[in-house]
Amino acid sequence: METVFNISVFTENSIGILNRITIIFTRRHLNIESITASESEVKGVYRYTIVVKTNLDQVKKVVAQIEKQVEVLKAFFHTDDQVVHQEIALYKITTESFVNGGTEHIVRNHHARILTVDKEFTIIEKTGQPEELQDLFNELDQYGVLEFVRSGRVAISKPMKTLETYLKELEAE
Amino acid sequence: MHCLQIEKVDTIFGYPGGAIMPIYDALYDFKDTINHILVRHEQGGIHAAQGYARTSGKVGVCFATSGPGATNLITGLADAMIDSTPVVCVTGQVASHLLGTDAFQETDVIGISMPVTKWNIQVTKAADIPDAMAKAFYIARSGRPGPVLVDITKDAQFGMMDFEYKPCDKIRSYVPTPNIDLARINESVELLNAAQKPLMLIGQGIFLSNAEQELMLFAEKSGIPIASTLLGLGAFPADHSLYVGYLGMHGNYAPNVLTNDCDVLLAVGMRFDDRVTGDVSRYAKQAKVIHIDIDKAELNKIIPADIAVHADAKEALTMLTELVNPKQYAHWLQQFRDLEAVEKSEVVNEAIHPLSDQLKMAEVVNLLSEKTNGKAIVVTDVGQHQMITSRYYKYKGQRNNVTSGGLGTMGFGLPAAIGAKLGNPEQTVVAIIGDGGFQMTIQELGTILQSQVDVKIMILNNNFLGMVRQWQQLFFDRRYSFTEIVNPNFTAIAKGYSIEAIKITERGELDQALDNMLNSKGAFLLEVVVEQEENVFPMVETGASVSEMRLK
Repeated sequence: METVFNISVFTENSIGILNRITIIFTRRHLNIESITASESEVKGVYRYTIVVKTNLDQVKKVVAQIEKQVEVLKAFFHTDDQVVHQEIALYKITTESFVNGGTEHIVRNHHARILTVDKEFTIIEKTGQPEELQDLFNELDQYGVLEFVRSGRVAISKPMKTLETYLKELEAE
Repeated sequence: MHCLQIEKVDTIFGYPGGAIMPIYDALYDFKDTINHILVRHEQGGIHAAQGYARTSGKVGVCFATSGPGATNLITGLADAMIDSTPVVCVTGQVASHLLGTDAFQETDVIGISMPVTKWNIQVTKAADIPDAMAKAFYIARSGRPGPVLVDITKDAQFGMMDFEYKPCDKIRSYVPTPNIDLARINESVELLNAAQKPLMLIGQGIFLSNAEQELMLFAEKSGIPIASTLLGLGAFPADHSLYVGYLGMHGNYAPNVLTNDCDVLLAVGMRFDDRVTGDVSRYAKQAKVIHIDIDKAELNKIIPADIAVHADAKEALTMLTELVNPKQYAHWLQQFRDLEAVEKSEVVNEAIHPLSDQLKMAEVVNLLSEKTNGKAIVVTDVGQHQMITSRYYKYKGQRNNVTSGGLGTMGFGLPAAIGAKLGNPEQTVVAIIGDGGFQMTIQELGTILQSQVDVKIMILNNNFLGMVRQWQQLFFDRRYSFTEIVNPNFTAIAKGYSIEAIKITERGELDQALDNMLNSKGAFLLEVVVEQEENVFPMVETGASVSEMRLK
């Protein structure tokens, strides 16, 4: 059965490792729903959050292949209930719609933030689950959304083992 | 060059070109210590490096220039990747300021080679070369070996620096040799000790971890019958009483059929290729499976293991030998011998002593096996002749079996044999090749000529792309679509390269011809015209279970 899996990958900071990871998905005809990457709590170690829809057997094999890459320190996968995850979205609307009624109460109701107000446009930011972000979009869109972007998911797993512990294990081996 | 010397590289297979000229210029000063073999095509270069690596246990090294030079390596990289062969390829690249500009002979070789290398890196500064080379050799040879590509821009090749080389023995993110989980070993021993009908499957992992002796000790203590994959042939002597044959689509009848009868299946250093398993949903379902492999990603990949042991074969076998009970399985072994007798009477006898007028591949290989006592390094290409060789050559030497297994690369044989000979100058090297595959890398006859490589080439010529033709006959209603080939005069071509050559068509000539070939000084080409429509049997058809192997 296909479900959503959150794959966390920790890598060295080297050119091309992202490519090495993504081709593992391509080769198995798996579509990446979202992918984000940034430096982790350990300097020089990068963290990827990759969201895919697939079955348990496949995700196990994919994670094994990812972890096999020379520059990958560790890879894990979790189901949605094993992680806390969020996305961020930005919405660009006309300042006119904001000032002359309509969108202001929507922004308030959704607890969204205003990032920038320009003469012509206003940029709103909201963090949350994809459905919440989409709801806000749908409401704003009644007044016209000029641009809309979602970040892709970032996720932290609930189990308590830290990256530092894994790194120490690796260095001890 | 200094890096290569420290890594004890004595042989390089390569082909120069614009973007690698500074490296070749440096090589000019190392002519006395490094033997550079000028190949005729980069694909030949990497296959030769593979043949060298597979037979010597050392890392094969290959040089190529940027662009087309580098792309010509891809087939060999893919072959080395799937067959776990340690190779380091150094490619030239356009100067760093030209990267990404579609410069002359620029290709994104890092991007292209990524799926078919264990690791690759582009170096744009001279100062980074030693570190990259050190890592390259370490990664290529350690853990599950594989190909590594180092792409060096031309400006980095020209750069000067204070040379300091530290061989690499650790990379934080890379754990090549796992720590064995003792609990898994103990569980395995329990299963094995309780087994009534255990069967052991061995693969190339035995060679790669140098575990031939440990395997022998384990076998003789445990008494477990042993079957081998294609790449594992020779890791356990074919004439040993516990050896029960060769696995896979065209392997031996007994080990295939009895895979579905054993109670414990112990697989070491093999990866359950689909050519070995047939239909996985009907593969060894009755058995408890113990899978030992150094590559964690192989465990539970194809066949779910009841006990997955992430370990180096040598270490694991040593531990198992200590704990396993000495046992004999006379009745169980007899089951193998009985089926072996069936295969012998139904297939083998006729194949090696044919009643037909025309020569058959099997009798040729069988006679070669007898004449060389199974000790020659035998390199094959891909196709019917390959399956026949793996069936009828009784490998008894050390690392004397070289073939393209996972990728099935036609054109592999001739250059790989060149590499094998250069890695083992004292040994007889015979390349057994079909008429189709020979023409895929026929240009390497030029390498044999220039470097005077003493390779014995035996072409089994049926004027067909035989394996495809066999499938067309069996599964495509005898519609021989583009498998019949019109061949050139092979002996004339060989003679053009100053290689002694003879062609035989009659059984009566075979014995003498093989003697001539084996006793010749220097390279020799023997063309044997064999029956056109010979089929390789037994066979596990695609989608069939191993126990449904057909004998004819």
